[in-house]
Amino acid sequence: MNLFKNFNLDKLKDGLSKTRAKLLNSLNETISGKAFIEEDFLEKLEEILISSDIGFDVADKIINQTRIKLKNEKDRSDTNIIRIVKEKLISIFDSENYTPNEIVNLKMKPYVILIIGVNGVGKTTTIGKLANNIRNSGLEVIVGAADTFRAAASEQLNVWAERAKVKIVQKPGGDPSSVAFEAITIALEEHKDVVIIDTAGRLHNKANLMEELNKIKRVISKKIPNAPHETLLVLDGNTGQNAIMQTEEFSKVTNITGLVVTKLDGTAKGGVIFQICDKLKIPVKYIGVGEGIDDLQNFDPKAFVSAIFEN
Amino acid sequence: MLEDLSLKIDSALKKVRGQGRLTEKNISDTLREIRRVLLDADVNYKVAKDFIESVSAKALGKEVIASITPGQLITKIIYDELTLLLGGSHDEIKLNGSGITSILVVGLQGSGKTTFSAKLAKRLLDNGRKILLVAADVYRPAAIEQLKILGAQINVPVFSIEEKNALKVVSESLIFAKEKNFDTVIVDTAGRLHVDEDMMTEVSGIKKIIDPTESLFVVDSMTGQDAVNSAKAFNEKVNYDGIVLTKLDGDSRGGAALSIRAVVGKPIKFISNGEKLNALESFFPDRLASRILGKGDIISLVEKAQESIGDREVEELEEKLKKNKFDFDDFLKQIKLIKKMGSLSSLLGMIPGLGNQLKNAKIDDNAFIKVEAIINSMTRQERKSPKILNGNRRKRIAKGSGTSIQDVNRLLKQFGEMQKMMSKFSKKGFGDSLANFKFN
Ligand SMILES: Nc1nc2c(ncn2[C@@H]2O[C@H](COP(=O)(O)OP(=O)(O)OP(=O)(O)O)[C@@H](O)[C@H]2O)c(=O)[nH]1
Ligand SMILES: Nc1nc2c(ncn2[C@@H]2O[C@H](COP(=O)(O)OP(=O)(O)OP(=O)(O)O)[C@@H](O)[C@H]2O)c(=O)[nH]1
Ligand SMILES: [Mg+2]
Ligand SMILES: [Mg+2]
Repeated sequence: MNLFKNFNLDKLKDGLSKTRAKLLNSLNETISGKAFIEEDFLEKLEEILISSDIGFDVADKIINQTRIKLKNEKDRSDTNIIRIVKEKLISIFDSENYTPNEIVNLKMKPYVILIIGVNGVGKTTTIGKLANNIRNSGLEVIVGAADTFRAAASEQLNVWAERAKVKIVQKPGGDPSSVAFEAITIALEEHKDVVIIDTAGRLHNKANLMEELNKIKRVISKKIPNAPHETLLVLDGNTGQNAIMQTEEFSKVTNITGLVVTKLDGTAKGGVIFQICDKLKIPVKYIGVGEGIDDLQNFDPKAFVSAIFEN
Repeated sequence: MLEDLSLKIDSALKKVRGQGRLTEKNISDTLREIRRVLLDADVNYKVAKDFIESVSAKALGKEVIASITPGQLITKIIYDELTLLLGGSHDEIKLNGSGITSILVVGLQGSGKTTFSAKLAKRLLDNGRKILLVAADVYRPAAIEQLKILGAQINVPVFSIEEKNALKVVSESLIFAKEKNFDTVIVDTAGRLHVDEDMMTEVSGIKKIIDPTESLFVVDSMTGQDAVNSAKAFNEKVNYDGIVLTKLDGDSRGGAALSIRAVVGKPIKFISNGEKLNALESFFPDRLASRILGKGDIISLVEKAQESIGDREVEELEEKLKKNKFDFDDFLKQIKLIKKMGSLSSLLGMIPGLGNQLKNAKIDDNAFIKVEAIINSMTRQERKSPKILNGNRRKRIAKGSGTSIQDVNRLLKQFGEMQKMMSKFSKKGFGDSLANFKFN
């Protein structure tokens, strides 16, 4: 009788090496304190995160945190891994500096909102939508066309003011600060509740334009101390890692109180804001989801994070 | 002391050069770093991955020459490939000699189409063309007004109609252009998202009506990962001829351009770098490649490598060294090479682990000037066979080179020692042998 008749050496080797791999993995987990994730899935995860513009470092950090958390969990399924990743991402928006969406504080009248950002991100359009929202809530709004540089900028804001049924202050030939000053003066005279000031698009690396913004701000606070009460930086949802620099540079001349991320009705995910919110602790207040007057939404961290994992 | 230093240099170089060829192992760290650099520059995830994989696959096995590391070599290869990929067929736009030249401008919202249309008009105006701008954005508030104001600044008429129908604007503008003898029509269209089916249908309708000489896709250089999706979708509907990269006056790294080139293969034809109408430039692929890879370290590294790689002379010299046929002519060449590569001390300083030790060694770059003068005063024969240099010849050379006879003697002595050393070094490059050379 041959005892080894059914003995299959290859199968044994295979089995042994699997056992060894498992042993190695668990040894690795113990030493590194991180759960092992299958290479293919890890790569897929990295691709999803980075493709959302989240950035290499943040993607790396999130994956690491996920592996640490996963180590103490039995469920190592893909679904559970993604659940943890989402949780980690949402928690970035949970910082104590994160304030809810209500931006108008009626104790301050008029409440002054300054809108800033680089060229073409959607500042003027956002003002149209925002003015409409605020007016719909029963408040009186006035908008100031302080973009005196770009061709037809004030005509554009004028169309939006008509759509939103709010008053506009324009000053042909005036400089930005004087338009802002006049808008606030009129708001005080006419007892308006909210003033929204549009500014020209400016790249954050242009010192003279940033100084101009600083001047607008100074002129506003001369008229009303503590104003602008709200300074919203508008970011284009299509923008990649440069949005970080934009936010950092604009922060140096103004006190940004909130972000608006526009153009999220496309396929871009706007993931760069994770790093911005994490690092600079500035909350996202609104997102733009179209060119219509109703296409401004409150920011919902859960929905935002979910969208990253949808195609 | 000198001996000591030479030994150190020798072993350090051995470490670096011992690696001989590019292998997966000796470039993996650098590749990881470059991948990260590309991603930070907004190059699309997949594009960055494919790009690095294909370049490194091509580079594996390449010999590492002279005093650079495998990491430096692969960085240089990637930089070159990047420049190549960004460049491609670098033609300016087509212009018809007779009949109407029509240019269609398309892109996402706010990318800079209207501004670019006016800039292009200004540029073609300088070529003596009779231009009509067409306001086919019937949606955005004050879009027509914006184009009219820009047109007025450069004295170019703008065609528009009351009716909010872009197809109609376009077809009527063509009739108008023919009637009024315009030779160039530039059509500014509304910004649109690639997922907006109605708007994408509209733009392909516009394209059909115009049958443009040239259609251009305008893209914001700050765009992130999603650039591939919009570029692809627009390409499917419009099949554009080229790309315009805008807002390069900012500090974005512009990696989106690489993504787009990689997925649609269309050339970048213009760059826009300012809000004023004269801020339009031709495109230089090497500049964008540098920008994508980032200023700092990588670029200076690439530049150094660039100067030292691909120099036939280096290889020839090494060949001579191996065969121990090194004469004064070669010596002169060697000095010139080193000068080309920047100062000797800075070059040697690039070798990992050596920089600090060399600071104390004080290699005198100026010493070469004297050496060159002396060699230049030698006859051809003397350079080939230094043995014939007797007292008279030495005196003549000292006089001719404005040095002293002692200087000449010292050079000859050290040259002799160097030759001996070289036969020992045999296979190893050239920089190290000169490091032993002291002349003052
Ligand atoms: N799809 C989409 N388009 C938007 C959104 N917000 C703005 N836009 C479009 O983006 C383009 C630029 O918007 P503007 O409001 O003019 O941007 P801006 O920041 O004021 O521009 P400048 O003043 O020139 O710097 C316009 O075509 C808008 O219709 C959005 O949320 N979704
Ligand atoms: N700094 C800078 N700003 C630019 C450049 N090109 C355009 N802009 C600005 O970007 C903003 C948008 O430019 P537009 O030409 O209106 O963009 P568009 O693509 O026509 O926008 P829509 O018609 O709304 O889709 C304006 O503020 C322009 O002044 C550039 O190269 N550099
Ligand atoms: Mg605007
Ligand atoms: Mg436009």
